[in-house]
Amino acid sequence: MNKSYDNEMKIEFLSKSNNEAFARIAVAAFIVQLDPTIEEIADIKTAVSEAVTNSIIHGYEEKMGIIKLICKIAQNEVIIEISDTGKGIENVDIAKQPLYTTKANLERSGMGFTIMESFMDDVQVESVLGIGTKVTMKKKIKSHKEQDEFKKEKDELERYYNTEIAESSISTENDFSGMSTANSVRGEE
Amino acid sequence: MESFYNKEDKQLIFKLNEDIDECYVQKIRRRLDNEIEKYMPKEVLFDFSNVSFMDSAGIGLIIGRYKLINLIGGELRIANLNAQIQKIFEMSGMLKLIPIVQENKKKQKNKKEVQYE
Repeated sequence: MNKSYDNEMKIEFLSKSNNEAFARIAVAAFIVQLDPTIEEIADIKTAVSEAVTNSIIHGYEEKMGIIKLICKIAQNEVIIEISDTGKGIENVDIAKQPLYTTKANLERSGMGFTIMESFMDDVQVESVLGIGTKVTMKKKIKSHKEQDEFKKEKDELERYYNTEIAESSISTENDFSGMSTANSVRGEE
Repeated sequence: MESFYNKEDKQLIFKLNEDIDECYVQKIRRRLDNEIEKYMPKEVLFDFSNVSFMDSAGIGLIIGRYKLINLIGGELRIANLNAQIQKIFEMSGMLKLIPIVQENKKKQKNKKEVQYE
């Protein structure tokens, strides 16, 4: 095991589509030790789900194969490697383009890599035709200090919106009180 | 997944209640199409209030249903998205085509507001 990682886990599972949920939930459970926000967990779960779905649908094309998932933690960074020994990607740059899909008939949206790239800090794809594909994704989990500052900003925004919503809901309670509150609000302004 | 049909408004509501990924999409796709073809609704509403997770498979599902509903002259709407699902919809650019509606109660309130003004 590499010394520079604080923690590491590895799972291998069959390329069945009901394992998508298992993969993303396993990663989510593993990274909880970094105390991520709900949003960070959701981002990572989505990216894992996309990568695993790609391996199942494109790598193995519904044939059975083994998908290997390694999740490492180095300080506050999560590194996730998802690899298959499927058919590989002919041109990674083209495959990464938004809305590009080779399986439009299966109602694939072509958003997989786009979602991975925008939800994670870094995405690397290594692929060899006939040998397989490995996707490596990294994301830094914000420290508590950063999170607190972020939360403060968010709370302020929420308070602002809530007061707006409260004002507008008062004015719709019934016709008369609504009219008077609306007027009094206007008067105050 | 549960579905309700409102005869008066010709509105078909699908209440989705699981994580939406490739696995779930494969399970419900045909059922959705059957229901839409059975009722030929004017409006189809996808309610996401019990969905906590969705990936790009959900986008594929909604695009596919959008095409079908367009074909029969109906409208597709989505409701009650959480932050993560909203983010994915925004990224897909589909919100230009598909309106998000708030819950029915709020919708009525908004209507009243317009009347005051």
